[in-house]
Amino acid sequence: MTSKVPAALALACLLAASTAHAQIKIAVIQELSGTGATAGTNFKNGVDLAIKEINAAGGILGQKLEPSFDDTQSNPGVAKALALKAVDDGAFAVFGPTFSGSMVVSMAQTRNAKVPNFTGAEAASLTQQGNPYIFRTSFTQSTSMPKVARYLATALKAKTVAVIFVNNEFGKGGRDAFVKAADAAHVKVVADISTEAGLVDFSAPVLKAKQSNADALFVYTNEEESARCLRELRKQGFSKPIIGETTLTGQHVIELAGPAANGALAHVGLTAEAPIAAVREFRARFEKAYKSVPDHNGIKGYTSVYFLKAGIETAGKLDRVAVAKALHGLKIHAAKHPGVLMDVAIDDNGDLDRASFIVEVKDGKQEVKEVLPPLGKI
Amino acid sequence: MADFLQLLVSGLATGSIYALAGLGFTLLWQASGTINFAQGEFVMLPAFAMLVLSALGLPLWAAFVATCILAVAVLGWGFKRAIADPLFKSGLMPIVVATLGLSIALRNGVRAGYTAEPQPFPSVFGDQLFHLGAVAVSLVDVGTLAAALALVLATQAFLTRTVTGRAMQAVAQNAASATVLGIDVPRMVFYTFAVNAVLACAAALLITPTYLAKFDMGESLGTKAFFAAVIGGFNNSRDALLGGIIVGVCENLAAAYVSAAYKDAVALAIFMLVILLKPQGLLGKPVERKV
Repeated sequence: MTSKVPAALALACLLAASTAHAQIKIAVIQELSGTGATAGTNFKNGVDLAIKEINAAGGILGQKLEPSFDDTQSNPGVAKALALKAVDDGAFAVFGPTFSGSMVVSMAQTRNAKVPNFTGAEAASLTQQGNPYIFRTSFTQSTSMPKVARYLATALKAKTVAVIFVNNEFGKGGRDAFVKAADAAHVKVVADISTEAGLVDFSAPVLKAKQSNADALFVYTNEEESARCLRELRKQGFSKPIIGETTLTGQHVIELAGPAANGALAHVGLTAEAPIAAVREFRARFEKAYKSVPDHNGIKGYTSVYFLKAGIETAGKLDRVAVAKALHGLKIHAAKHPGVLMDVAIDDNGDLDRASFIVEVKDGKQEVKEVLPPLGKI
Repeated sequence: MADFLQLLVSGLATGSIYALAGLGFTLLWQASGTINFAQGEFVMLPAFAMLVLSALGLPLWAAFVATCILAVAVLGWGFKRAIADPLFKSGLMPIVVATLGLSIALRNGVRAGYTAEPQPFPSVFGDQLFHLGAVAVSLVDVGTLAAALALVLATQAFLTRTVTGRAMQAVAQNAASATVLGIDVPRMVFYTFAVNAVLACAAALLITPTYLAKFDMGESLGTKAFFAAVIGGFNNSRDALLGGIIVGVCENLAAAYVSAAYKDAVALAIFMLVILLKPQGLLGKPVERKV
């Protein structure tokens, strides 16, 4: 009897060890409270839905995904601590955080431990630091601005454009990327109008834009400034096309600007309104599971788990370094991996390219006007 | 020239709002020797009150009337009894500190208790545009300017042409003599606080469609209104109108012809010049006060 106890213990330990290895640990570190709660909760729900689907279909390479969900409280310090905890717990991949400020401090932990880290953060600098373990789930300014410029030149036939931007990191980064992209698309920037964050009266910037007599206006400001700018444009009877990037036609901007938002155009990377069957089916599943319409962060979270799946399957083994290598330069086709929803290409920096959308505000709602092809071939 | 005129009209509309809020500063100063640095928040609170009442189903006009009544009770009587009266005996500085504290408390109270997000606010004027030659003038600008001017002039007329208004002025000039003449001084001082509260409600109704209802909307408005009151002259209600117009027009022209980055600095620059060269204000006369 006594001789059987150590043997049984050894067997139990072996079984436990094999069970532990049979799971792929996924650490989801998101802004579930604080100012980033809307974005973080959407992203987390998207990841959760994808993991449930993948597990129901048998997992990845026969192994189930085992998620853990942690709240950064929208605080970079907490995000950094949670990234360290995830690494210590042996996470195979980390999803989040979404705030660029949190990502800047947390990604050092996953990089040191060679853990693939998927993020919805959009600051251009994140993927320009030579970190081989960071992967984006959405466009950066340097990816989206060439699409806006191309749309201006081809669809709107604009030869000249006026730019109104907000003078902060977000605005300056976007303005620089846009001016470069406009130049490449042979659209001349004839008015470059800087505005301060929190500006209330847009009469002078809008007047300058009108004076420039440009064929179109590009607006790149934060939410409430976008709404005020749209109101002033309407007030001064601005009649040229107004185009922006994601924020300009966000639902909150539309609510704040009221009827003045009608007619505004914007380039958006992801939208649940996309006229794509896979996106519509995803939206229906998401709505059923979480009783809310997914925003672009929900789509980012959902598709990023399928990026990981494609990476593991391409590498053919559960090796973090091999998976990260496999993901770089990977082209993932929706026909083979339906969970990515749209064909996507990941470049050597971890940035991605895929189709996107031009939306127009009509009667206070976003409507997809055109699907823009990826910048490169996928 | 057309651009200049357009900027002028827009600046006049913004300036008239500064004047309306600035009028509150001069009224309280004259009547009770109080400087209220929570004046901007006195405009922000009615904006949220109107939003809440509108959400409860009241039409905008009814929400405005109800807010005026609430404001007279809370921002008029409540403010006078809770802050101005007890601290007045201790001199001006405690009131200044208390109202600065009050402004922070009100801002953060709305932020924590209601929302930190900006909220849309309905405009009393439509978004029609008139073309006068090459100048495009919006009904919002013209309506705001006209309404604010009418309110400032009506307040001025009330103070100079009615018995109550004259009694209020008498209290402002010399409370002891006013008492001897049989004027109910505390009542007159309360009237001043009440008029200030109603003017704040009117400013909220006119400015919030542009500013959007947000917890910190009163911050810059209060500062500009204070500058306007000092520039025009702190000792006469009418002078705030000139100060407001100067600030509104100059900052609009500076944003267009110099740089938008210096827009907020314009009011400060004029304020400093006036303080240095004509501290009694452009239209003001030096007044001696007992200290």
